[in-house]
Amino acid sequence: MSRIKQAFETLEGQGRKALIPYITAGDPQKEATVPMMHALVDAGADIIELGVPFSDPMADGPTIQLACERALAHNTSLHDVLAMVAEFRNTDSQTPVVLMGYLNPVERMGYEVFVAEAVKAGVDGVLLVDLPPEEAVDVAGFFRDSDLDMIYLIAPTTTDERIEAIGHAGSGYVYYVSLKGVTGSKALDVADVARNLERIRQHVDIPVGVGFGITNGDTAAAVGQVADGVIVGSAIVNLIAANADNSAAGRKAVAELVAGMRSALDA
Amino acid sequence: MPTNNPFDTELPDSRGHFGIYGGRFVSETLTAALEELTATYEKLRDDPDFQAAFDKDLAHYVGRPSPLYLAERLTAHCGGAQIWLKREDLNHTGAHKVNNTIGQALLAKFMGKKKVIAETGAGQHGVASATVAARFGLECKVFMGSTDVERQKLNVYRMKLLGAEVESVESGTKTLKDAMNEAMRHWVTNVDDTFYIIGTAAGPHPYPMLVRDFQSVIGRETQRQCDEQIGRQPDALVACVGGGSNAIGMFYPYIKHPEVAMYGVEAGGLGLDGDDHAAPLNKGRPGVLHGNRTYLMEDENGQIMGTHSISAGLDYPGVGPEHSWLKDVGRANYVAATDDEAIDAFHKLTQLEGIMPALESSHAVAYAMKLAATMRSDQVIVVNLSGRGDKDIHTIAELDGVTA
Repeated sequence: MSRIKQAFETLEGQGRKALIPYITAGDPQKEATVPMMHALVDAGADIIELGVPFSDPMADGPTIQLACERALAHNTSLHDVLAMVAEFRNTDSQTPVVLMGYLNPVERMGYEVFVAEAVKAGVDGVLLVDLPPEEAVDVAGFFRDSDLDMIYLIAPTTTDERIEAIGHAGSGYVYYVSLKGVTGSKALDVADVARNLERIRQHVDIPVGVGFGITNGDTAAAVGQVADGVIVGSAIVNLIAANADNSAAGRKAVAELVAGMRSALDA
Repeated sequence: MPTNNPFDTELPDSRGHFGIYGGRFVSETLTAALEELTATYEKLRDDPDFQAAFDKDLAHYVGRPSPLYLAERLTAHCGGAQIWLKREDLNHTGAHKVNNTIGQALLAKFMGKKKVIAETGAGQHGVASATVAARFGLECKVFMGSTDVERQKLNVYRMKLLGAEVESVESGTKTLKDAMNEAMRHWVTNVDDTFYIIGTAAGPHPYPMLVRDFQSVIGRETQRQCDEQIGRQPDALVACVGGGSNAIGMFYPYIKHPEVAMYGVEAGGLGLDGDDHAAPLNKGRPGVLHGNRTYLMEDENGQIMGTHSISAGLDYPGVGPEHSWLKDVGRANYVAATDDEAIDAFHKLTQLEGIMPALESSHAVAYAMKLAATMRSDQVIVVNLSGRGDKDIHTIAELDGVTA
């Protein structure tokens, strides 16, 4: 069983929801990423989404664009990100890690090489924002054969027919984008999310994580009422940016936010 | 009827692929909008009312057909093949861009969208979008890298006069690719009421197809005019390639006529040996950016590289996917002209013909001059003169040390 599936099953048994923080690898320094991943787990993270920096993050708002720019300022490459996961695995063999990013760095490395290296490093899932299932048909086999979960997005605009296809193509969990917009947007509408999750669950059997617009314990708890997992990105990355010159202070600030969300989710 | 001609094919396929290129590599939120646009376009491309509205505006608003002109003194100067110019520079707004913006604005109107957005590099597509937005009563916002806002002040003002809002983009390299990223981000957020007018034959399906279709009026007119004025079709076509919309518009009707050679001229910048150019078809490799798979300028880690060209309109790290396909199947040749060669061609055409070409189009003229010299005087080259050079006078004046 994949580590992601295991994590969701364990949580379900405990009646809890998954807390899934996102950070951009290499932001603000390469050395800061692995300690931050451990800090996230210590603060209550169940799964980590680790962003692979890209020069043209089309689906991201300013917060994660700037995180990519900081990471790329010292050339954080896909190879580096895989090395970070391997290092993280030295002391954490439990927490699932999902690589999230854009397709081109993977295309450049080559699918076969990427899948082999990702498995070797201890990656559990991959979410490529600009690789919808239709375009993934030629390469999905590489992922399936290796037991890497392919995590796809579902948006408010996704039709029922596509939701069903995405439910079949994906594994681990699906990522529901709570609103029409980019990462770091503000106005999440919980009632609207709840309605859409009801629609999604008619077609999708795997867990549904919800992201975009979750900024604090209150929104996390509200979304946790209806979703299987809560994904938090820009709120964390903002704290990393604010403490870019002091990684210990950055870890402390992020840990406080994540721990607060954890207690709100579990309350 | 079966054919032995490998180029007599109907592309893209139903999923927007030209061989391995093209496609629809976008985040999920945009998929529904792109599917809606595809369905609408497939209905309207054969709709007589839509086509009549398009043709009418091309004739009476843009001023088509644009002339096909024999550049006699330039031909004599080069001492070889006849050089004919397809005068897209004489279109309303001064470039080929308006053919496409008329088509897309009509689509927006038929789809009931009241707001349009566009990205722009040099500002030509931004101006063409702002122009048709005024013509059709649409609200228009144009995204432009802050570097380009600075170096193309006149076009920024022009867009504002036309009633458009110009949004200066500060992210990344602050040029065309970043303007396109920001336009996509805006579209994702406002997808319900906004139509995105993409300026070149690139981006997610169906854009490469529909931009090509709207621009292919250039090639169809050229075929007719060659028959009427020369009595035969040309030996070679030459067009500059940034994203490649003017080139694909010229090439498309000729693809299945392999006896006509096709040359796409990329921006060689300071030379193809270094990194300071914008020539992905010459020096790049296939990858995925802005919704399509195509040749890209990227580093060894798959990060998109900054580009350089004297001409802002060619300063783009990707290229339309149909060009990538034409390169791989060997139907078109992709070459480059450097900044210096383009500047030289700008002066030559200005002095010998009294036609001041855009710096983008000057790349095509530069290569055509070299090519003509290798050909016989009974042979014919048609150059797509995609735009006029008024917008570049400041750049040229600065190079000459003139403060205008």
